Amino acid sequence: MTAVPTSSFIALSVLLFSIGAIGVLVRRNAIVIFMCIELMLNAANLAFVTFARQQGSIDGQVIVFFVMTVAAAEAAVGLAIIIAVFRHRQTVNADDLRLLRW
Amino acid sequence: MSLPLFLPLAALLLLSALGVVLNTHPVRSAMCLVATLFLLAVFFIFLDAEFVAALQIIVYAGAIMVVFLFVIMLLNLEKDEVGRTRTGWHMTTMVSAGLFAIGLLYIVYRAGTLLPGAGMGVAAPAAFGSLEMVALRLFTVYLLPFEITGLLMLAAVVGAVVLAKKKVA
Repeated sequence: MTAVPTSSFIALSVLLFSIGAIGVLVRRNAIVIFMCIELMLNAANLAFVTFARQQGSIDGQVIVFFVMTVAAAEAAVGLAIIIAVFRHRQTVNADDLRLLRW
Repeated sequence: MSLPLFLPLAALLLLSALGVVLNTHPVRSAMCLVATLFLLAVFFIFLDAEFVAALQIIVYAGAIMVVFLFVIMLLNLEKDEVGRTRTGWHMTTMVSAGLFAIGLLYIVYRAGTLLPGAGMGVAAPAAFGSLEMVALRLFTVYLLPFEITGLLMLAAVVGAVVLAKKKVA
C-alpha cells in the first residue's frame, strides 16, 4: 500500500478548478455561476490542504478557514444582489442583464 | 490514502462537479454541489485535516448551500432558457479551459517529486489538523487577520440586509 502522491491531489484540484471555470463561462443563470465560483474556491481549498499535509505545516489549513469565511460573506452579499436584481428585472439570466456591458 | 481508494473517490468528485455545470435545473446543480462538498470533506479527512473537514460540512454543505437553495426557491427559478446556446462560444470556452488544465497538469507533473516538505509517505505530526492545533495558530500568528474577518462578516451581514431589503417609498 503506497500513499497517493501529492501531485495526484493537486491534479484533482486543477481539474476541479477547470470545471468551475468552464461553468462560470458557459452557464447563464447567475445563481449557477455563483455555485461554479464556489467550486473554484473549493479547488483552491483542496490545494491548500494538500500542501499543508505535504509540508507538515498547519498554516495551509488556517488559510482554508479564511477562504471559507470570505466565501460565506461573498455568498451572502452576492445572493442579496441577485434578489435585488430579480426584484427589478424579473430575471437572473446573465445575458439579459447588460446595462453595464460595453 | 491508497490508490484503489483515491481513484473512485476522485472520479465521483469530478462527476458531481460536472453535474453542477451540466444540469439545467438550478436545484439539481445545487444538489450536485452538495455531493461535491461532501466528497471534498472526505478528501480532507484523508489529508489529516479533521477540523477543516468538519467546517466544510457544517459551513459549506450546511450554511452556504441552504442560503443558495433558499434563494433558488424564493425566486422560483425554472429551467434555463433553452434554444439560446451559442456553440461557438462553448467550444472556445472548452478549448481554452482544457488548455489551461493541461498546462497546469504538465507543471504538476514536472514538479513531481521536487516539492519541498516530507510528503505523503511520512506520517503527519501528532494531532495534525486537530481543532487545538488550528486554533493555536489562528489565535496567535493569525490573530489580526482573524479579527479583520469578523469585521468582514459584519459588513457582509449589514450589506446583505440593506441590498435585499424591500424599498419603502
